[in-house]
Amino acid sequence: MDTILKAEHVVKIFDTQKKSSTKAVDDVSFELRKGEVLGIVGESGSGKSTIARMITGLIPITSGEISVKDVQKKNKRQLYDKVQMVFQNPVGSFNPRKTLGYGIGESLKNKGINKDVIDKRVGELLNLCGLEKEYAKKYPHEVSGGQCQRAAIARALAIEPEILICDEATSALDVTVQKQIMELLIKLKKEKELSVIFICHNLALVQMFCDRVIVMCNGKMVESGTADEVINNPKDDYTKNLIDSVYC
Amino acid sequence: MDLSNENTEELLISSSDIKKKKREISIRIQKVKKSHIKLRLVFFASLAVLLIVMTVFAAQICPHDPYKQDLSVALNAPSASHLMGTDTYGRDMLSRVIIGARASILSTFALVAIITVFGTAVGVLCGYIGGKFDGIVMRISDFFLAFPGLVFALAVAALLGGGIWNAVIALAVISWPKYSRVARSQTLSIRNSEFINASIMAGDNALQIIVRHILPNILGPILVTSVLDIGTMMMELAGLSFLGLGAQPPVAEWGSMMSTGRSMLQTYPWIVLSPGFAIFISVVVFNLLGDTVRDYLDPRRQSKTI
Repeated sequence: MDTILKAEHVVKIFDTQKKSSTKAVDDVSFELRKGEVLGIVGESGSGKSTIARMITGLIPITSGEISVKDVQKKNKRQLYDKVQMVFQNPVGSFNPRKTLGYGIGESLKNKGINKDVIDKRVGELLNLCGLEKEYAKKYPHEVSGGQCQRAAIARALAIEPEILICDEATSALDVTVQKQIMELLIKLKKEKELSVIFICHNLALVQMFCDRVIVMCNGKMVESGTADEVINNPKDDYTKNLIDSVYC
Repeated sequence: MDLSNENTEELLISSSDIKKKKREISIRIQKVKKSHIKLRLVFFASLAVLLIVMTVFAAQICPHDPYKQDLSVALNAPSASHLMGTDTYGRDMLSRVIIGARASILSTFALVAIITVFGTAVGVLCGYIGGKFDGIVMRISDFFLAFPGLVFALAVAALLGGGIWNAVIALAVISWPKYSRVARSQTLSIRNSEFINASIMAGDNALQIIVRHILPNILGPILVTSVLDIGTMMMELAGLSFLGLGAQPPVAEWGSMMSTGRSMLQTYPWIVLSPGFAIFISVVVFNLLGDTVRDYLDPRRQSKTI
């Protein structure tokens, strides 16, 4: 399978104060192949979200390189045509003063597409994500977290990206809604041939949904391999701990 | 007062009934409070609109020509033909107060509009761009905030010379930092929120992010600040004019009118009192309007009364 995204020796250092600094991500390399789901697991503060934010260019990389196929370096416009993200807090990822439909259609609006076409497309996207068309007119505080996350997925899919990054996209939702969102993601992955980077700390979800898994600890990549391999037969002590802490 | 049987029975209602009644009453009070705020808003807004309408149609409302001198009626006390009396040149005080609203109220609005727009723009840019630009601009605004406002305005006005528009510029120069502070802190609080990141990923440029996502979310506090500021700015403009640095004679302006009548306060009090009264009324109306707008937009109050 083709490699669609490649991260090589990526390092991110946050300067907290003038003299001290935190190494949030330390020499991480991985690649994402077309049509696969890559899980990134690890405890809080292990650098998972930092990786997501570096891939999407929301924060700069200290050293190393992340390259996306067919995207020139530092060309954000090309990047956002290929890579989109679903955020952790569904309600917080929509502007409270604008309708959901506005948020979903914004990327299309920026492409100069005409308003009627956008409205139609927003309706289709909402249907695809299991919401009725009428939700386009609602405000984020008027819908539940699960519905809002569906709308967020619709927004991420609006310009038909090839890579979808889910940054703890299900963590803020309760278990039944989590399952619905996961089923939606699995459906979309099949229909749209998406490559997904799925950041999560729920190992059960990762095993169910991901093809390959990266385990992170304190900014370092401690283990990687296929999901079954890593979870059923962990080699690293930290991974063993992580799995034990779930199943005991 | 005699207590009938029914009254004594009423006194014996159980404690749970009392609690129930108390709750009903408190609910009723809350409902009254909510409608009360709306009523207040409508009331003060219509008073303010009345003042503005009066200002716009000042020339049509005036009973006499405010600039026509008639020494035969100079310094007349209030009477049927001159409701607020006349000044040293025999000009009708009521007409001068009405026409003076133009200089006082309209220039105040212009001033508040200028500082709101400029201060907000600077504040949003500081909050959005951050870094050195933010540091430098905020130190400049600290400088303005640390300096006693009216003294600085006096210096600027003296530098520019007399005239109501120069007074407006002088006050604008010292008043914008308040707005940039409000706008900056509000911008910072939403700058890194997920919906801003999401709009970056939707391909918005900086201007689109500011206009579509930041401004609609910070407008409330800024609006309250500017409505509350109308009264203060009116006082400061009148103050500058009183000191001779605002409107120049013969232009009718409340502050300068008070200044000319100052020496005659004991003998011909209406010359000071009528413009003073006009300032008092308009400042009170706009301050109370500002207070009501703040109460109305206060989210805590809204959730309490729902």
